[in-house]
Amino acid sequence: MKPLLKPAAAPYVLISPFLLLFLVFGLFPIVFSFVLMFHVWDPVKGLNSMEFVGLENLQFAMEDPLVWTSLGNTLWMALASGLPQHLVAIPLAYLINEKLGRWRNAAMGAYFLPYITSTVAIAIMFSTLFSTDYGMVNAALSELAQWPLLNAVLPDKNIDWLGSPEAVKPVVSAVVFWRYLGFNVILYVAAMQSIPRELYEAARMDGAKSWQQFWFITLPQLKPIMFFGVTLTVIGGLQLFEEPFILTGGKGGPEYAGMTTAMYMYRTAFDFNDFGLASAISWMLFVIILVMTVLTNKAFKSKEGQT
Amino acid sequence: MSAPTSDHKSSLGPLGWLFIVTGALLMLGPFYFMFVFATQPRTEIFSVPPPLFFGDHFLENMQILMGKIPFWKNLGWSLYVGLMSTGLTLLFCSMAGFAFAVYEFRYKKALFALVMGTMLVPSFLGMIPTFLIMDALNWIDQPRALYLPGAAPAMGIFLMRQYITSAIPKELIEAARMDNCGEFRIYWSVVVPLLGPAFGTLGLIAFIASWNNFIGPLVVMRSPEMYTFPLALRSVQSPVDTEWGALMAGSAIAVIPLLIIFIFSSRRLIEGLTAGAVRG
Repeated sequence: MKPLLKPAAAPYVLISPFLLLFLVFGLFPIVFSFVLMFHVWDPVKGLNSMEFVGLENLQFAMEDPLVWTSLGNTLWMALASGLPQHLVAIPLAYLINEKLGRWRNAAMGAYFLPYITSTVAIAIMFSTLFSTDYGMVNAALSELAQWPLLNAVLPDKNIDWLGSPEAVKPVVSAVVFWRYLGFNVILYVAAMQSIPRELYEAARMDGAKSWQQFWFITLPQLKPIMFFGVTLTVIGGLQLFEEPFILTGGKGGPEYAGMTTAMYMYRTAFDFNDFGLASAISWMLFVIILVMTVLTNKAFKSKEGQT
Repeated sequence: MSAPTSDHKSSLGPLGWLFIVTGALLMLGPFYFMFVFATQPRTEIFSVPPPLFFGDHFLENMQILMGKIPFWKNLGWSLYVGLMSTGLTLLFCSMAGFAFAVYEFRYKKALFALVMGTMLVPSFLGMIPTFLIMDALNWIDQPRALYLPGAAPAMGIFLMRQYITSAIPKELIEAARMDNCGEFRIYWSVVVPLLGPAFGTLGLIAFIASWNNFIGPLVVMRSPEMYTFPLALRSVQSPVDTEWGALMAGSAIAVIPLLIIFIFSSRRLIEGLTAGAVRG
C-alpha cells in the first residue's frame, strides 16, 4: 500500500490545523480590529454600513477622560499588585528552597493553588470577605482595634471596601497579588535550583553568612528569570480584566475607581455598541504594553551594564 | 525539581517559619471560608462573629442556586467545552510538535517563530473582531466558538516539540520508515502511543484553562441556557439582593474539580505551567 502522506508534504499537513486556526482566529481578528479603528457603523445594520472616519476614533479616545481614568487605574493596580509579587516571591522562594526541607512541596502547593482556581469563584469569595457590614476583613479589623496600641492606628468604623473609590483599587490589587504570588514563587524556586551548588560551597568556605549568600549569589544569578517574570507581570497587569470586572460588578466601581482599560474597552464595545472606538482603545493599550515591555527590557539591560 | 539535599544547610528560624506559615494560611484561608460559607444559611454568613466552622445548609444552598440558574446545563457545557478543548489541543499540538521535532522542511524556522510569536500578542486585541466573526459565522451561543479558536496554543506546540525531541529516538522513526510505514501512521501508531506523560500535562493545562475561561464565554455566550459555569455564577450576583450561600456553594463546585486535579498532579502541573510560563 502506498502511504497517503509523502515525507516532503507531511510537516505542512501536520502544521495546517495550527496555521488555519491562526489565520482565522488569530491574524484576521487583529487586522480586522486595526481596520475597525478607522470606521464607525451601526452594528445593527451590519458591516455594510461601515463608514471610514480616519483618525476620529483615536482622537475621540484620546480626549475621553474615562480612557485616561482607566489607564491611571490600570497602571496603579498593575504596580500595586505586581511589585509586591516579586518583592515577596524572591525571599519566600529562597526560604522555601534552601531551608524548608521536606515541607518544600507542601508549601509550594499552598502558594500555587490560587493561581489555578477559577477567577469568578475567587472574586465572589473576596466580595464576601470584603463586604462592608459583616465581612470577615472588617470583623477581624474591629476585633484587632480593641487591642491596646492597635486601636490608635486602626479605623473605628467599618470600611466600605468595594463601595468607596479609595478602597477599591487596593482591594483589587490585593486579590491579584494573592492570585499570582505563587506562580512567581515557583518560577524563582525553579531558577534557584539551577544555580550551581559549588558557588554556595565556595562562599561558605569563605565564611559567608546566609543573607550574604542570598545577596551576592542568589540574587545576581536570578537576574534572567527576574527579567522574564517581571515582563510577564507587566504584560498581565496592564491587561487586568477579570478580577476588577467581577469585584466591581462589571461596572467599574464607585466613580469608576476600579475600571481598567481592558474593562472600559469591553464596555465601550458591548455596553455602548461602539466597536470602532473600542478598537481604538485596544490599540492604545497595546502600544502602552509594548512601550512598558521595552522599558522593562531597558531597565534590566542597563543594570547588567553596571555590574 | 529534585531537592538538593545538603547536610550543612542552615535550617529555618522561628521568624522564617512564621513568615511561611502565615503566608500559606493567607493563601488557603479564602478556600476554607468558601467551603464553610457554602454550608451556612445566608443569615449566618453575615452574622457577627462570622461562622468559622461548617454548617448543614449545603443542600438548601444548592437548591436556591438551582432555582436561579439552569445548573446542570451550565455545568454540562463547561464540561463539554473543556473536554472538546482538551481533545483538540492534544491532537493539534502533538501534530505540530511532531512536525517541528522530526522533519526538516522549508520555512521551518520561520513557521516556528510564528508559533512562538503568537504568544506575544495580547488576547484583548482580538476580542471585539472575534465577537464580530462569531456573529458573522452564526457561532454566537455555539460551544465551538469557545473550544475551536484556542485549540492549537503555542505553549502546547512548544511543550510537545520538546517532549518528542527528547523522549522519542530518531531510530524508531527511521525503523518505521524502513518498514514502509506512511508518515501519518508513524505519527499515529508509533509516536502518539509514546506521548502519555506529555498528553497528561498538556491535557490538564488545557482543561483547567477552559474550565476557568471567563472572558471567552462572556463575549460569545449570550443566552443563560448556554452559559458556562463561571458565567452562570456571575449572573447570580446581583447588586440588590444576592444569595450569598448559594453563590458560595456554586463557587465551591467550580473549584472542587480543580482541587482534585491539583491534589493528584500538582508536581506535573506546576512543571508544565512554568515550562510554558504563559499566564491567563
